[in-house]
Amino acid sequence: MKLFKRLIPWILLAFAFFILPAMADSELFGFSQFRLNLFGRYFSLAFVALGIDLIWGYTGLLSLGQGIFFSLGGYAIAMHLLLVTKNDFTTGANGLPKFFENYGVDQLPFFWEPFWSFPVSIFAIFIVPSVVAGLVGYLIFRNRIKGVYFSIITQASLMVFYHFFNGQQKLVNGTNGLKTSTTEIFGLVAGSDEAQVLFYRITLILLPFAFLLCKYLTSGRFGDSLIAIRDDEPRLRFSGFNPTPFKVIVFVVAGALAGVSGALYTVQSGIVSPQFMSISMSIEMVIWVAVGGRGTLVGPILGAVVVNYLRSLVSEALPEAWLFVQGALFIFVVVLMPDGIYGWFTKGGFRTMLAAFGLAKKSATYPKIDLDESAQSESASA
Amino acid sequence: MSQTILDLDDVSVSFDGFYALTDLSFSLRPGELRSIIGPNGAGKTTFLDVITGKVRPTKGDVMLRGRSIVGLSEQKISRLGVGRKFQTPRVFENLTVQRNLELTASPKKNPLSLLTESLNDTVKDEVFKIMEYVGLAPYAKWQAGSLSHGQKQWLAISMLVAQSPDIILLDEPVAGLTDEETSKTADLIKSLAGEHTVVVIEHDMEFIRDLGAPVTVLHQGQKLTEGTLDEVKADPRVIEVYLGESDDH
Repeated sequence: MKLFKRLIPWILLAFAFFILPAMADSELFGFSQFRLNLFGRYFSLAFVALGIDLIWGYTGLLSLGQGIFFSLGGYAIAMHLLLVTKNDFTTGANGLPKFFENYGVDQLPFFWEPFWSFPVSIFAIFIVPSVVAGLVGYLIFRNRIKGVYFSIITQASLMVFYHFFNGQQKLVNGTNGLKTSTTEIFGLVAGSDEAQVLFYRITLILLPFAFLLCKYLTSGRFGDSLIAIRDDEPRLRFSGFNPTPFKVIVFVVAGALAGVSGALYTVQSGIVSPQFMSISMSIEMVIWVAVGGRGTLVGPILGAVVVNYLRSLVSEALPEAWLFVQGALFIFVVVLMPDGIYGWFTKGGFRTMLAAFGLAKKSATYPKIDLDESAQSESASA
Repeated sequence: MSQTILDLDDVSVSFDGFYALTDLSFSLRPGELRSIIGPNGAGKTTFLDVITGKVRPTKGDVMLRGRSIVGLSEQKISRLGVGRKFQTPRVFENLTVQRNLELTASPKKNPLSLLTESLNDTVKDEVFKIMEYVGLAPYAKWQAGSLSHGQKQWLAISMLVAQSPDIILLDEPVAGLTDEETSKTADLIKSLAGEHTVVVIEHDMEFIRDLGAPVTVLHQGQKLTEGTLDEVKADPRVIEVYLGESDDH
């Protein structure tokens, strides 16, 4: 049974990797290429959710600015694709990406230059957000800013980036964003079904690595220090720890994950625009983590996929209703499932619910003592 | 002149004009056990805040082994060998008892070594010995948040012992403990003295008597008197400001 439990995520992953694309290909059970692409987007959003879980769920710092890093990753890949693609849809008469023509730009802005190179661009996807996160994080954490002030500062930074990208038509096409769907990658048009299945699979291959990285960071003594920072940071200082580097490291990793997330999302949605840096988008990211279960690593992945799938379903049925449903969902989770969906299951929520309806036996003592075998053997030996 | 490990030299702390400590001088010899008493608002906790770097003195100097530690961060002072237990038992509630202790006992405290190195066996054994001694061993795998108040107090003190600082500062270590636990705490503290320098702040006179250590009385941010508990109790000024108050009840 334990082995089976351990295998479940891998079975699901294999299913998503092999079976879903085949189902989409043969339109089995009404599943389609379109749906597959949507799932690819949900999985790519799981990366940013994992990062938020590290910084918020484990370390207790609620960042409302992950959209910055998400967008930076998206812009990095989009800039590369626009540069290297040479076709009528993408390239203007002067050989530069077409949108530059609209603003009469003949000279490629200097910061575009490194993005000619594929390896450099791939590095930039996570290095650029990491560096920005490192700088912002160091300044914030060194000055011992935390709690709600941290949230406000990250949100304010988000607005700064939003307005910058929104206003700079001549540099990054302003509010229109960069369209990647007509670009070419690996000899495929990025918007084609073949390329989309490829992106979908790349996303699924990378996701376990992101998960294992987070697992590595949170399971050992480093992870203990993060939880200690969340529980009582001053106490940790008096034990001789300097919390600043811990927090900077976690913020940097969260930023890198957000960058990867943004790049994968961009190529699968076909565009990156300053809308990725809207305030609501970053708050939604936090909601995914809260719904899935913060402080667990499966939770945020679950949350990102479930909430976004729900969003698609609701939007298709009742286009206007989604924001209400999302608000209700958030309130529901905060009030009734403070540990999120995953936390609710692992902490015996299902059993409690059955007991509330009279369908299962109520536990006589704390559920912890009743269910925890090691606790029982201890009380027996005492 | 005998050698001192900690010296406060004419220290004053003012919060917006209100003086929590006024020209306080105080010194400790290595291995000494010292009790500090005083009515509420006497500046006892501020006194610890100044030593541990939480509050910067407005005037005066704090010296550890002859070197000034004013202006150093809390973590630096802690690494120089000053450990502190807070008034309320502050433990990391979402970590297990064992991990609480292992974290504070860890000799290296930078992110990289925490990430890549595991704790060596000597420290692990030490942690187990401490848990055995204070009776927390059966709860090693329990989350600290699910312990009772008394157990949390014990854990908080154990975390200090595991950290093994040269100077141990205890702010109300027996608040909320039963009589039995209180006398056991007194034994523990007495066994720590000698190897460590220990300062205990308490209201519980029974406990202070158990410790049998020299007593310093603080009042309105100043040192009122010093001596054995009996001497101090006989001092009319102490009776007036502190013990006299409790006679009224």
